[in-house]
Formats: sequence, structure tokens, C-alpha cells
Amino acid sequence: MPKPALHTQSNRPALRATRLHKVYGSVIAVDDVSFTVNRGEIVGLLGPNGAGKTTTINMVLGVLAATAGNVEIDGIDISKQRARALARTNFAAVYAALPGNLTVMENLKFFGLLYGIPSLRLRVEELLQEYDLAHLRHTKCGLLSSGEQTRAALAKALLNRPQLLLLDEPTASLDPSAAQLIRAKIKSLAALDHCGILWTSHNMNEVEAVCDRVLFLSRGKVLLEGNPRTLPHEHGSSTLEDLFIRVAREPLSTIAEAAR
Amino acid sequence: MKLRPIAGIVLRQIYLLRGSPVRLFPMVTWVAIDIVLWGFITRYLNTVSGSGMNFVPTLLGGVLLWDFCTRIMQGVATAFLEDVWSRNFLNLFASPLSISEYISGLVITSVLTSSVGVVVMVLLATGVFHLQFFSLGLPLIAFLTVLFVFGISLGIFSSAIVLRLGPASEWLLWPLPALLSPFAAVFYPLAVLPHWMQWVSRALPPSYVFEGMRALLAGRPFPGVLLVNGSLVAVVELLLAAYFYGRVYRHAVRTGLLARYSAESVA
Repeated sequence: MPKPALHTQSNRPALRATRLHKVYGSVIAVDDVSFTVNRGEIVGLLGPNGAGKTTTINMVLGVLAATAGNVEIDGIDISKQRARALARTNFAAVYAALPGNLTVMENLKFFGLLYGIPSLRLRVEELLQEYDLAHLRHTKCGLLSSGEQTRAALAKALLNRPQLLLLDEPTASLDPSAAQLIRAKIKSLAALDHCGILWTSHNMNEVEAVCDRVLFLSRGKVLLEGNPRTLPHEHGSSTLEDLFIRVAREPLSTIAEAAR
Repeated sequence: MKLRPIAGIVLRQIYLLRGSPVRLFPMVTWVAIDIVLWGFITRYLNTVSGSGMNFVPTLLGGVLLWDFCTRIMQGVATAFLEDVWSRNFLNLFASPLSISEYISGLVITSVLTSSVGVVVMVLLATGVFHLQFFSLGLPLIAFLTVLFVFGISLGIFSSAIVLRLGPASEWLLWPLPALLSPFAAVFYPLAVLPHWMQWVSRALPPSYVFEGMRALLAGRPFPGVLLVNGSLVAVVELLLAAYFYGRVYRHAVRTGLLARYSAESVA
């Protein structure tokens, strides 16, 4: 059964990033990046290391101020109404583990209060069951296996039934079976709860299986955008992985030329 | 400001204490050692001094009040450092939690944790060394409030320093109270300090508090001017500390420091 979202749904995109720029001194980390993530859509944000993926995600999360451009979550400008916008989003990332000195349940209650979740006890119980964490509720997060930590981080990311979910390599540390289960859960989340999902991964098979649309970032720019299943052929590559390698290795101008 | 996020910050500290009761140890130990050490020093001074002066209220009372202020500062800073140590900034600041809610949570956490130490201090000082701590009545409450506000300011200021300079700079904040104590005139009248030190002291609310307390103990009239001036300086410094924290936070968001804050991020 689809669960009711905390916020009323509208036809606005879950995320609209408009002409985002981020400059550090003389380095342009993100250069005029615009994209949307619609409700119920899973968008893959791809690119080699240093392409600007994490910088873009950090700007969407409000922990990094854009030099120019703006981010709207469910139509709310994050620079103007930060708390309202962030109440509608959540994230899980390998580099942002839950505090290891709190148990799984303590972490969920702590973050549940930060997000102002109503009926928190029920919601925590629901997530503990859903992510097979019930038997680990009193275990400190620092003692969990990496797979269990990923499940705990996902449970935290879904506490507020976000309208926009940012996932930075959510299956990176999972075995193939666990990864498949997590992918299925995330896909159902998009389909049933109409959550927009921005997903970064270096596993191109996974991206092809999960994402409805992908954006290729290279050197801070959106280079290519399209369906992950047809995009490789449109650009003379046999697989998404081949296309990724070309984007990573070839000069920006060559790919951009091919894209025209 | 919403209450639930503030409650979340406080609850986190309660969970930490519950999960690791050994954290209570430093809250109690150092203050107990201070009271016992200074308690015996004052007892000894009372026996060898021919002046008939009772050193217990001036010296032991001074230690107790200064420790109170220090505990408040350390309570704020330690609650903040918990997020540094657990690398929790991204999770915290990507949530709807506002800076004012976060700081309020740190302050309430500090009140709870430092009250443990204060209770131990008062029990030891009154029970073992016969310090009549509450005999000063309402003026004591007023002066304690000034010290409380200054302790919070110091905690917020030192947290901002760590946020700006990186986790390794936590070593700058622990000696801060010791650095300020000569200027705070905890154990001696302000007049004994050189002129330039007195100028620094006037910027520190505790110097007004300790001057005022000494006046009361000497049986002089209630030093209302000292209380008013000390309160004003304390409030101004609290506002400045909050402003400074806000500036450092905005700088961290602008430069990407907040997003990449980790044990290696000393700028």
C-alpha cells in the first residue's frame, strides 16, 4: 500500500536546479548546470571523479551556497525558505554515516526530531521493520556492517517521506543480493510514493536498471542527458559504461560535438 | 524556532550519556578535585593567618563560581564537538534544523550536563568545608546568571573557532578559561592588577561578579552598579558571540568548509 506523503502533492517538479554555478577562487566546480527531477522519477547524476556531482548535491542540500543560480525543492527556493525546503528532502551518502556512538533507534529518533516527524515512534518502528533493522535497534551504528549501515542510512533518509531523495552511491558497500533488494525498494518508493530521486553511482549496470533518465557531468558541465538505455547508442557507444569512459577520458569538446 | 529540533539536540546528548556513563566521570571529577584541593588550602590559610579572615567564602566560593562558568562553556563546546567527532555536520545541516535551534540545543545540553558538576561542587563545599553558598541570597542568583551568560558566550565563541579553523583547533578552546582567569580577578581584587590588565578585566563579566561578591562578603552595600555593568557586558558579548558564530557558519557554507568538514579539514 502506498503510504501517504507528509506534504500535499503537486505537479511541481521535486527538484528544479537553475543555472547553478560554483566557483572556488579560479576553479569552476559547477558551470551553468540546470536540470529537474520530476515526481516519481529516478535521475542518475553521472560523471567521473571531480565532475561536480557532490558539489551539485551539496548545493541542493543547502550545505554549500551556489555562486549563482538557484535550487527549488517542491517549488520552494532553498536560499529563501531553507527549513521548509529541507523538510521535503533527505539524503543518504557513503561519506555521511550516521553517528556511530548512537544506536540505530536513537539515531532514527534523533533525526526524526530534527525533521519534526509526527508520530515518530510509529514511523521509526515502521522503518526498522521495512529495512530489516528491528533486531539491530539497540546496536550502535558504528558496530554495524557496511550493508547494515547503508540500510540504517536509508531508513534515516526516509523518515520524513521526502518528496526529493538524494542518494550518493547507496549500494556501494552492499553485496549483490542486498543491493538488488535496496534497488527494488527505491524503485517502489519512486513509483508508489511519487518521490523524485537523484542518484549517483559508478555502477553503470545499476544505473541502467534503476534510472529513468541520466545526466552526464564533466568538468562541472552537463554534457549529455537522456534515457540510460538509449543514450549510449545515440552517441556511438555500445554500453552506458563505454559512454561513461568516453566522457571521462575524451576532451569536453569532442563529446559535446558528438552530442550535437 | 521550533521545539522539536531543539529537543533532538538535547536528546542526542542524553543518549550519549546513557550509552556511555563513563562520560559522567569528567563532569564530576575535575570539579570535585578543585573543591577538595582549594578546600584544604583555605582551611590551612585560616589556621596560619593571624588576620582572623575566613578564606572559605572568598577562595572556595571563587573556585566554585569560576568552575560554574567554565563548566557552562565546556558544556556548550563539548556538545558541539560531539558533532565534530562523529562527523555529523552534513547530516545535521542538511536537515531543517536552523542555527538558532542548534545553538539553543547546545545551551540546554550544557545546562543539563554542567548542573551535574555544580551539584557535586555545592555538596562538597557545603558538606565538607562548610561554605555557606546560599547565604548571600538573591544577589548570588543575579551574579550566577551573569556568569551563566558569559559561559554560554564563551562556549559559542569557542565552537565558532573550531568550526572556522577545523577539528584540530579544539586544543585552543580547552585552555581558554585558564587564559582568562588572571583577568577575571577570581581570587584577588581588581586593584592589584596592573593598569593594562584592569582594562582587559573590564571586558570580562566575571571580574564584575567577583568584585561584587567580595563587596557583599565584606559587608558592604549591594553593588548594584557592578551587577548592572557586568550584565550589560555579558549580554553584549552573548550577542557578539552569536553574530560571530553566524558569520563563521555562513562562511563555511559559502566556501564549502561545512560540506567537507572532517578530521583533516584544518584550514
